[in-house]
Amino acid sequence: MIRTDTHTIACIVFAAAALATGILIDDAYYLQVLIFIGINTLLALSLNMLMGYAGQISLGHAAFYGIGAYTTAILSTTYNLSPWLALPIAIFAAVTVAYIVGIPTLRLTGYYLGMGTLGFGMIVSIIFREWYSVTGGASGFVGIPPLEIGSFSFDTDQRYFFLVWGVVLFFFIICRRIVDSRVGRALRAIHDGEHAAAAVGVNTAAMKLSIFVLSAAMASLAGFLYAHQVFFISPETFSFLASIRIVTMVVIGGMASIWGSLLGASLLTLLPEWLHAFADYEMMVYGLVLMLVMIFLPQGLTRGIIDLYEKSRKNRNK
Amino acid sequence: MQEFLQYLFSGITNGAIYAVIAIGFSMLYRSTDLINFAHGEFVMIGAMTMVTLTVAVQVPVMPAFIITVVGVSILGLVFERMAIRTVRRPEPIVLIIITVGASIFLRGLGMLVWGKDSHTMPAFTAHPPLDIAGARLLAQSIWIVAIAIAVAACLHLFYKRTLTGKAMHACAINKQAAWLVGIPSKLMTLLAFGLSTGMGAVAGVIIAPITMPAYDMGSMLGLKGFCAAMLGGLGSLWGSVLGGFLLGILEALGVGFVSSGLKDATAFLLLLLVLYFRPGGLISAVKVKRF
Repeated sequence: MIRTDTHTIACIVFAAAALATGILIDDAYYLQVLIFIGINTLLALSLNMLMGYAGQISLGHAAFYGIGAYTTAILSTTYNLSPWLALPIAIFAAVTVAYIVGIPTLRLTGYYLGMGTLGFGMIVSIIFREWYSVTGGASGFVGIPPLEIGSFSFDTDQRYFFLVWGVVLFFFIICRRIVDSRVGRALRAIHDGEHAAAAVGVNTAAMKLSIFVLSAAMASLAGFLYAHQVFFISPETFSFLASIRIVTMVVIGGMASIWGSLLGASLLTLLPEWLHAFADYEMMVYGLVLMLVMIFLPQGLTRGIIDLYEKSRKNRNK
Repeated sequence: MQEFLQYLFSGITNGAIYAVIAIGFSMLYRSTDLINFAHGEFVMIGAMTMVTLTVAVQVPVMPAFIITVVGVSILGLVFERMAIRTVRRPEPIVLIIITVGASIFLRGLGMLVWGKDSHTMPAFTAHPPLDIAGARLLAQSIWIVAIAIAVAACLHLFYKRTLTGKAMHACAINKQAAWLVGIPSKLMTLLAFGLSTGMGAVAGVIIAPITMPAYDMGSMLGLKGFCAAMLGGLGSLWGSVLGGFLLGILEALGVGFVSSGLKDATAFLLLLLVLYFRPGGLISAVKVKRF
């Protein structure tokens, strides 16, 4: 029996919309932007599971994104391994690192957790920059091969578009299932009160660690997709600012909202594209937009716009 | 030995700068429970203003120093009034994004005003470097360390001896109780911002002659100053000073005797170690768990 609910319908509508977009749009620039939106959505979704649902701040999430990208780059280029073999290794690497780092780090709370993850993220990005012989150093890593299955190559933007958005759709469904399950309830309990959650029998340490590991694996997959799309990666992409950008996507889109991740990722991917028009003022305007949104709509756009709408309706009724 | 001394001197010099930046972080955190990720940008603005005043406008060092610090403090007050007090839900994550947004904004502003090139300015006084057991000690290094220690001492007296300082301390302990006994806590928050960004400016001014300040110098300095503050104990004045010097010296020795690639990583490795083993910082007796 098929259980129909709004999420299933939303997923079907979303899949149809993605399919139509992929077929109708053949402009290379728009397809590129849409691919990046897909990759960023995956990243935002991965952090949203950790931050929005379990309430654990991470200011170093770009590290896992980078581990995914660099592992596949090094294995498939330097060692000529098939990218499909590199993928599980990249995910395994991120999961291992997350596990080792997560045990001591996740014991911290609030600001201190933020700082711990920040420190970890900085160290990883410094390793990318300083380990010249393996990572290519500050100038980056070139010549990453495209993905292919047999003779079918994901070398056109349109094919890659479908690959990326297929993965995104898959994770929308998976994340929804997790959130609605027993695990999801436990995560929300941790968010609302860790001691209370522990008191009713949630193994909070194990739960936080597993969601951290899942989140790292998803970010690593996003890194894999990124590396095989742009064929060139450099430490800048995975720096502290990149981590903050992912956090911003989650917060602007709306915490604990799967579709909010899509909104936040779309906005933050498109914003720099629009801001190119400002040329030298680009950085100032970007900073200003971040500040203004957070000052006036601290719950994110999804929630914030609904709030504004309800307020105006109440005022009208008076 | 000579080599060791040389690294030690450069470590102490950098350490004094980290200490001043760390004090800025600590004093703000103590009064407001807020970590200002734009702090490094105020250091940059301090350094750049100093360069402009002394090189382009030809103001003597002493007045230029005062004008810069006062100017940047005022900028800090404006920042608090415009971007922090207006926040509707002052949660850590919201404040982090706002201050990061402010840091991007200020960096963009710096790029616009001072361009993308690095600038130079002469040392405060034109003494030849001292020679101690074969190692060179720049006169500017002595200035930096002396100013850093003087600043910390002044702040110490300010908190212990003046009514305003005590009022700020009271706000740091319990804002509501302070408000009940008649301390204007909002004004104290504003003052803490001015003080903190002023500290940033001091760090910028003293570092300007020995680095080549550019619009993007702030972020790394800010993050390292923050690590130093965590190392000594966030919120503690002398802890920040200790953390700053410790970080500077360990970093210099790490570069000298291990690997130059380690330079920027040292701060963050120390940060992780402190967080894992002594989250309250090195000199705090109790294990703190805030938030």
